[in-house]
Amino acid sequence: MRTVLFIVLAVCAVAAHAHKPSDSYLNLKLEGKELQGQWDIALRDVDYAIGLDGNGDGAMTWGELQAQQRALQAYALSRLRIDADGVDCPFEATDLLVDEHSDGHYAVLRFRARCPAEPHALTIAYRLFFDLDAQHRGLLNLAQGGHFDTHVFGPASPSFKRVIAAKQNTAGALAGFVREGVWHIWIGYDHILFLLSLLLPAALVSVDGQWRASPGLRRAALDVVKIVTAFTLAHSITLSLAALGYLALPSRWVESAIAASVAAAAINNIGGWILARRSWLAFAFGLVHGLGFAAVLLDLGLPAGLRLLGLVGFNLGVEIGQLAIVAAVLPFIVALSRFRFYSPLVIKFGSGCIAGQSHEGSV
Amino acid sequence: MKTLLLAVCLCGCCINPSAQATPYRPASADEVLEKLPTRLESRNEIKALRQAAADSPANPQAAFALVRRYIETGRAESDPRYYGYAEAALAPWLNAAPPLPEALLLSATLHQGRHEFQAALADLAAALARQPRLAQAWLTRAVILEVQGDYPGALRNCLPLAKLAPALTAATCVNSALSLSGQGASAFERLDGAVRALPDGDTAERQWALTTLAEIAVRLGRFDEAERLFTAALGVKQRSAYLMAAYADFLLDSQHPEAVVRLLRDETRADGLLLRLALAEQQLNTPELAQHVQALQDRFAASRLRGDTTHQGDEARFRLHLLHDPKTALTLAQANWQAQREPRDARIVLEAALAAGQPEAGHAVVEALAKSGLEDRRLAELAKQIRGAAS
Repeated sequence: MRTVLFIVLAVCAVAAHAHKPSDSYLNLKLEGKELQGQWDIALRDVDYAIGLDGNGDGAMTWGELQAQQRALQAYALSRLRIDADGVDCPFEATDLLVDEHSDGHYAVLRFRARCPAEPHALTIAYRLFFDLDAQHRGLLNLAQGGHFDTHVFGPASPSFKRVIAAKQNTAGALAGFVREGVWHIWIGYDHILFLLSLLLPAALVSVDGQWRASPGLRRAALDVVKIVTAFTLAHSITLSLAALGYLALPSRWVESAIAASVAAAAINNIGGWILARRSWLAFAFGLVHGLGFAAVLLDLGLPAGLRLLGLVGFNLGVEIGQLAIVAAVLPFIVALSRFRFYSPLVIKFGSGCIAGQSHEGSV
Repeated sequence: MKTLLLAVCLCGCCINPSAQATPYRPASADEVLEKLPTRLESRNEIKALRQAAADSPANPQAAFALVRRYIETGRAESDPRYYGYAEAALAPWLNAAPPLPEALLLSATLHQGRHEFQAALADLAAALARQPRLAQAWLTRAVILEVQGDYPGALRNCLPLAKLAPALTAATCVNSALSLSGQGASAFERLDGAVRALPDGDTAERQWALTTLAEIAVRLGRFDEAERLFTAALGVKQRSAYLMAAYADFLLDSQHPEAVVRLLRDETRADGLLLRLALAEQQLNTPELAQHVQALQDRFAASRLRGDTTHQGDEARFRLHLLHDPKTALTLAQANWQAQREPRDARIVLEAALAAGQPEAGHAVVEALAKSGLEDRRLAELAKQIRGAAS
């Protein structure tokens, strides 16, 4: 026995590294004097700490997790402390869900923390699992007023303090939200794909089921303006309603519907069912895209006083980003529409690619 | 009609909610969320050891048995969580003044696993100061110094093993160090002789000796012999991620990607092995490649998030060969070279430097190789290219 360990220990050091050590993901969003929390904790770690696999078969089921819901919430939340200017913000667990990360399934604890007053300095102290697993890390993401802080909690760095600016600089905050809006359009390519699908045939007219180059630029320009305006109007409406709390739909539905809208717009180009009224298509689906924008905006953590400002800034950013991309692409659409290959190659093949992409993106 | 069907099908797929990566509420209480990776008997043994350690908190041997078991399990399963458990279980014994040599030794092993070599060497020095006949400490120190490229230092620490350790272990330690400092052929002969003379040694010891021999053969360019030795090492019934990684590298270099896929098909949990599997799949252009590249990308991103840099060598290979990003690969490979200096660490620096069009970035490595007298056919070829590209 003694000699077996002997070699094992020597060679293991050089051995290939394994999959992930233990991490938890703690997302906090400060809104006024309340914090919304979402804490993703690996099921394996939950099992190791409090025992999940009730029947000992090596498989953890949703039923077994639910049976331990109270115990888990008590265990985890007692190892986290949030205080506002030295006064504790008590927790209230709100929900238990499940999610998948790169190394398996996680329990998702949703909770609220109510501070006695709007904090000037927020301190977060974390000690989950440190007594059991010295390599455990808590990855914090704190959102407040459009700012993000990240921190890695470990045994050597168990607390994090954030001083919240006493008075938000309005212009600075607005600029921050505009930037976030532009950034979201840039990285959230599904919105742009949708709009492009509608714009691809802008400089064409359909004659007897065949695409022909549009006779005048005026007509093409009008088409573009109508589509972009309809899309903008629609998504601004739902973005505002959702951001101000009048409208809420589950995010997975919204994301699925956005993916479906991209596919639908692209396939419509191939089949050619709705041509003249593409601006109505833009409006109808624009309503869905607005809900998607709202989800991003809400994730930024809107403080109560900045709600309207954030909405205006973010929407402005979205429009700026969108117009910039349209302006960059439009000359190519108009110029290339004169060629014969445009209709088969760009419209049919291009739309096919977009439809395929949206399908892939949703899986 | 066809396009309409296509549209319906596509949209149907898009709307499928299970495809989304957002928190959800499982539909049924019976839905299996996660399977515990460790075998039941192993889990039960650990549970018993945990209980024993908790029952006698003043008994260091109970705690050490648990720590050792964690480390073994972590290695067998390629699962770093067990090293974290081991560290937490060991922590109280390191606070004792002074800590027992055995506690220091286990601590060194854990530091070594995370590539914290300085901390590991400090623990080993403290352990040996209190108990000079601690063979494990000499061996661990030799292995660390070898990884750091200090071959004379490694050799010095192997020598006491001649008296303190089983003969094959001592021979492997000594000849591994010698083979890296310009005596490849004679080290091979001596170690090969030792393996033949001691056919029924301990399993792990034998596997280590055969693996070391195979690696020397690869460096000397004796590929047929390397193949025979790797096969013999794999024939020893003990899982070794290190051995599989070394053999996979050999097969990749000798253009046998299909053999790599056969070897590693079910080894996707260890990043280092998944990397080699993906490299083979790239050569074969198999459909699993995209998924494995994505998985590696996610895992490297996850380790970066927690500030972990132990994967830099593997990540450099990933960046260079699978993402075709030589600039980032070179930065990672150079950072890795600062921490560890095995032949494979040298190789990725040279490859990335050539691919990035910055041969001068490989000069320090070429110089270090020349100084050590290391014989390695592939490294020599790369070093020649570096010198040729620079002049």
